[in-house]
Amino acid sequence: MLEACDITLGYRRGESVLRGISLQLAAGEWLGLSGASGAGKSTLGQVLAGHLAPRRGSLRLDGAALPRRGLHPVQWLPQVPELAVNPRWRIDRVLNEAWSPSAAQRRRFGIGDAWLERYPHELSGGELQRVVVLRGLAPGVRYLIADEISSMLDAITQAALWQALREEAEARNLGVLVIGHDAALLQRLCQRRVRLERGQLLASS
Amino acid sequence: MLEIRQLALDFLRYRGLWRRETVTCLHNVSLTLARGELHAVVGASGAGKSLMAQALIGLLPGNTRRRGELWLDGEPLDAARQAALRGKRLALIPQSLAALDPLVRSHRQVAWAAQRGGAAAPWAAAERAMAQLGLVGDSARRYPHQLSGGMARRVLLAMATAGDAEWLIADEPSVGLDPQHRDGVLDQLRRLADTGKGVLLITHDLRHALRVADRVTVFHAGTTLETAPARAFHGRGEALASDYARALWRALPDNDFARPAAREAAQLA
Repeated sequence: MLEACDITLGYRRGESVLRGISLQLAAGEWLGLSGASGAGKSTLGQVLAGHLAPRRGSLRLDGAALPRRGLHPVQWLPQVPELAVNPRWRIDRVLNEAWSPSAAQRRRFGIGDAWLERYPHELSGGELQRVVVLRGLAPGVRYLIADEISSMLDAITQAALWQALREEAEARNLGVLVIGHDAALLQRLCQRRVRLERGQLLASS
Repeated sequence: MLEIRQLALDFLRYRGLWRRETVTCLHNVSLTLARGELHAVVGASGAGKSLMAQALIGLLPGNTRRRGELWLDGEPLDAARQAALRGKRLALIPQSLAALDPLVRSHRQVAWAAQRGGAAAPWAAAERAMAQLGLVGDSARRYPHQLSGGMARRVLLAMATAGDAEWLIADEPSVGLDPQHRDGVLDQLRRLADTGKGVLLITHDLRHALRVADRVTVFHAGTTLETAPARAFHGRGEALASDYARALWRALPDNDFARPAAREAAQLA
């Protein structure tokens, strides 16, 4: 169980984007998070993944504090993969940075063997997104924050990416927070859905 | 009527120092756009949709060779005519936000576009075009880097509409917008078509394009597979002619959300 308790964070003095947010994500659970642009969805995602430190509040994983060093068990998958890879590294090095996915895993995510020799700019956005997602699935990762990872993909590529991720998450009992605007997609993927509005979480139908 | 007939594009590139090779990126691309029509072009990224837009407006990269024909109102649309009409009767709403001048406030950029398009009172025309897209007050005075992605995209749309162009090519105008602004942009394009303009909407977002489009052309691997009325995307896609179009429709989250089976995928690739 990943628990966030009373998370408060703002970027400017006196202004809070997140106001005392509490959230629980169980192992194996898929939770949908929606909200208008600028509502703080990505900020919350980055707090959960340890990229941002909250001004107030705490994060716990199975009742214990999250590790400060080494592999973080909560991984953030970003919306724009181009900004999450080193442009001077070949795909082979990008993909194997934290762990080495097997050839079978690469195939499940539709990553071609010929891509490994290429540089990030030589892949399309959808192709690079699959590389970035698989890179984030190192053994030891228990929760994923999928921050609009499919909004720039066509429908077929989108469905293929989510299915590969769903198989992997089921096999390893990963908890997934899906951040997105697309109500139909969140409904399809997530048993439970919440909405971020004026810094607060609301249950969403 | 704007017509693309059998358009093909090759990239020339060098392999090593001396060997030159051509890479075909578009072949057999054909479609027509009528006045008053909103015609959506959908397909995966990398399928060549943006190249088609650049070919239409005559702004292809230097290392491309074009074959096939472009026609506008019964006359060939050649490079000279493209240059004369560009920004006046023929407008492109580019995909990249880098198309904005970073050193100029947004209102002034829109006014310049209105002036190029022949508006009598460019400043007022710009204000009108921006107000229609919800860009009022402070946002009109901002520089591009002070705008959110969604606002910058609406500034680009205002630039294309302020000059009263008859033909609009919108390349992914709604990407990165939240539902409210996305619907606002698509509704605005629909209104422009309803006032008699021809609008070509290039997008990967089939579902939301269907709400506003009259016809949809499906693009795959550098070619136009089929053009169908928007209502053909219905049920299990029986009315669609190509397997790829049907797979694209069925893959939507509110339909089957299914990727094609391995055997089908091999045929589609």
